[in-house]
Amino acid sequence: MSVEFGFFLETVISGLMAGVMYALVALGFVLIFKASGIFNFAQGVMCLFAALTFVGVQEKFGLPAWLALPAAVGVMILLAWLIERLVLRHLVNQDPIILFMATIGLAYVLEGLGDLMWGSDVKLLDIGLPQGASDYMLDNFNLYVEKLEVVAAVIASILVAALAVFFQKTRVGRALRAVADDHQAALSVGISLNTIWVIVWSVAGIVALVAGIMWGSKSGVQFSLSLIALKALPVLILGGFTSIPGAIVGGLIIGVGEKVAEVYMGPFVGGAVENWFAYMLALAFLLVRPQGLFGEKIIERV
Amino acid sequence: MFYRETGQFKTNYSDDRAIFPIAQDRYGIMILLAIAFFVIPFTVDDYWGNAIFLPLLIYALIAMGLNVLVGYCGQISLGTAAFMAVGSYASFKLMTSFPGLDFSIVVLMSGLITAVVGSLFGLPSLRIKGFYLAVATLAAQFFIIWLVNKVEWFYNYSATGQINAPERTALMFPVTGPNAPILYKYFFCLIIVVLAALVTKNIVRGRIGRQWMAIRDMDIAAELIGVRPLTTKLSAFAVSSFLIGMGGALYFGVWLGAAEPTEAFGIDQSFLILFMIIVGGLGTILGSFLGAAFLWLFPIAFKNFMVDGLGLSTAMSEHLQIILMGGLIIFFLIVEPHGLARLWQITKEKLRIWPFPH
Amino acid sequence: MTFQANVSDAMSDATSNAATGPASAKEPEMMLAVEHVSLSFGGVKAITDISFDIHKGEIRAIIGPNGAGKTSMLNVINGFYHPQEGTIYWQGKVRRRMKPHEAAKSGIARTFQNVALFKGMSTLDNVMTGRGLKMKSNFFWQCIHKGPALCEENEHRAKVEEIIDFLEIQHIRNKPVGKLPYGLQKRVELARALAMEPDLLLLDEPMAGMNLEEKEDMSRFIIETNQRYGTTIALIEHDMGVVMDLSDRVVVLDYGKKIGDGPPAEVQANQEVIDAYLGVSH
Repeated sequence: MSVEFGFFLETVISGLMAGVMYALVALGFVLIFKASGIFNFAQGVMCLFAALTFVGVQEKFGLPAWLALPAAVGVMILLAWLIERLVLRHLVNQDPIILFMATIGLAYVLEGLGDLMWGSDVKLLDIGLPQGASDYMLDNFNLYVEKLEVVAAVIASILVAALAVFFQKTRVGRALRAVADDHQAALSVGISLNTIWVIVWSVAGIVALVAGIMWGSKSGVQFSLSLIALKALPVLILGGFTSIPGAIVGGLIIGVGEKVAEVYMGPFVGGAVENWFAYMLALAFLLVRPQGLFGEKIIERV
Repeated sequence: MFYRETGQFKTNYSDDRAIFPIAQDRYGIMILLAIAFFVIPFTVDDYWGNAIFLPLLIYALIAMGLNVLVGYCGQISLGTAAFMAVGSYASFKLMTSFPGLDFSIVVLMSGLITAVVGSLFGLPSLRIKGFYLAVATLAAQFFIIWLVNKVEWFYNYSATGQINAPERTALMFPVTGPNAPILYKYFFCLIIVVLAALVTKNIVRGRIGRQWMAIRDMDIAAELIGVRPLTTKLSAFAVSSFLIGMGGALYFGVWLGAAEPTEAFGIDQSFLILFMIIVGGLGTILGSFLGAAFLWLFPIAFKNFMVDGLGLSTAMSEHLQIILMGGLIIFFLIVEPHGLARLWQITKEKLRIWPFPH
Repeated sequence: MTFQANVSDAMSDATSNAATGPASAKEPEMMLAVEHVSLSFGGVKAITDISFDIHKGEIRAIIGPNGAGKTSMLNVINGFYHPQEGTIYWQGKVRRRMKPHEAAKSGIARTFQNVALFKGMSTLDNVMTGRGLKMKSNFFWQCIHKGPALCEENEHRAKVEEIIDFLEIQHIRNKPVGKLPYGLQKRVELARALAMEPDLLLLDEPMAGMNLEEKEDMSRFIIETNQRYGTTIALIEHDMGVVMDLSDRVVVLDYGKKIGDGPPAEVQANQEVIDAYLGVSH
């Protein structure tokens, strides 16, 4: 195996790992979109908020990591409950666009709240996840892979499998899918919308926490985390808003695509291609297939 | 009591569809314009001009542009700041390449250039709708900012990567650069904004405006009664970007005087302007002004109150301000999704029948 | 020109139109014909090999049980769906594959099963939108709203006011349509379609969900439209009483196939049609 190919492989692997992270964030979006038709713009900030909380309770109250985790989960569930109480409940039956804008407002509130409670300086997040490089000998090339990224990939897979089981096999999961299809019909068979929303936002919050911890361990907990999380949007476009496998595949494509573009195209155009590549890729993709990779073809009716 | 339309008869359609069909409204707007033209300019000092009135006018213009797209034509855009950047850089290049060009021409041409770029990014709207389109506009946001950052030609190869507005005049009056008097700057912006508002209002109350709204409310039905989606959507993108581009030229040339892409045209700017039209009222010209005024003045007042009044730290007040801003958006969406403009309308309705409740 | 004079001007214009309208023509002249049209979505066949024609000036009803393909047929006619097979003749000529707005331009107007009004606009603006195709003033004049743009606006307003009078919706002229009761919404939708001055008007269940009184009103409007403006009408309706009273000829669909075609009395006696409605197993 040539050095060039090894380098390419390394780029792809590192892209795949970043893709897993994107997929994790995108997963939160998909959960909420599936269950309530809300395009939750605040998902990215929720990651930041969750990670900030996780670090914050350790710093401020000196909790050990194993205690901080349930504490952060608790905060995310409380947050879900508050969001349902204060926002969603009052916006039932509004246009999707109104709900979307409300989540932008929510993003601002969470951002401010996170900074206010835990301070806005960059925080280190270390929960003893393996760091540094692992070297695998592939032929005569030293393939360099971050241990952390491998761990992230494993955790993400477990999370996705658990969610799939939750959605398909449990009673709550069935109710969630019913709500996703039709609010009123779900109400009429005795499903409580409010409870479902709290559950789904809690789950999304926990997913955000996991994603936040992963990103945080990689690059520190700071505001740019929510910008990274914005990358989950093109992932969604590729995968379709309602498809969990779509979110994963989309995440991987975006992750690999932008790494490869950065490494091979970046030098020719002055770098920082990563800033926009995902969006342009998604845009180009949309023009060819407006319904996303796994979305069904839309038949319009009148 | 004073707000009655009794006795005001309209004898032709032109009167019936005037911008201000009710006489009291006409007097009201005349008084307002008189104040804007004859009172404010001669009482305003540098601080008030630069911190309040200029940004107010410019943001109102940009908000109006976004409102055409989102409020009237129903196409969500999260890329406003990028189009402001296009307007700013276009004006910068025009000013430096053609030093003799009158600044009013520069502003117009910047608007036109932005309109072309905007239509280009509007093309996807023919195939994709709603949230998908919103994400597509993010592509504009990140790509354009990256482009003006990376391609040195855009900032004339300056070492800092900043652009600085040289001194230019409009009809012999200096309006850009550090030495231009605030009076001229104010007048220049005011005239452009008033004209732009008038033209926009004319467009939205005519055929084109109705077709935009038809696409917004029910695109399939609109197409079935003969509205061409292609021209209608693209014209909305073009008009919207034109206004935003002119706003961008004023934003950089007249108000800021210098700009650095990632700071002046970040995604937060896009959101700020989106918030302005939500709070002000989607699909109203008045709402763009009210929203711009509210979201520009409120944080200033809030900060003054928090820092000077309560003695909080600046950082603290900033966090609180962000929370409050988000909270306000949610509050408005819940209580009055149609914004301040609707509140104003309701007030007028109430006034008309006062003192009776119905 | 005063408000009143303007309206009466337009009125007299309309009556003279009606007198010379094609309603008085004796020999049936073809407005539209579909031949061997088939339409499917993926594997689902919505329409299978259907042929029928619509004469100029007649009221043609399309009936059939739910899911028979009636609305799909209308969608084919106004270019919203494109059939995989078959030919459409429009006013004697073969029609090429076209977009909905092109069909609208050629003179086909339409109302919808589920009201598809522009909810954020007033009744007046909704109807005015229907005039969009006839308005020609350019962008520049639109911007300053003077000269040709203003003239045009007023001219079309007069036409629209005439339609508003005709459908008796003057009182809701400036109300936002989203807040109107269902029956009135249907009427505004008809007004919007009429504003296009179509040659062929497609009505998709114009009386669904109406009470008896509203149905009578709507029937009266449909007949008057047909007679006064000479508009050819194709309508889908489930109320058999209405269909039999209104229409000149009826075509019956079931499971995407045509099972009957002819004057109401004939169709009513057709055994296959009776079976389809009573539900004989297939």
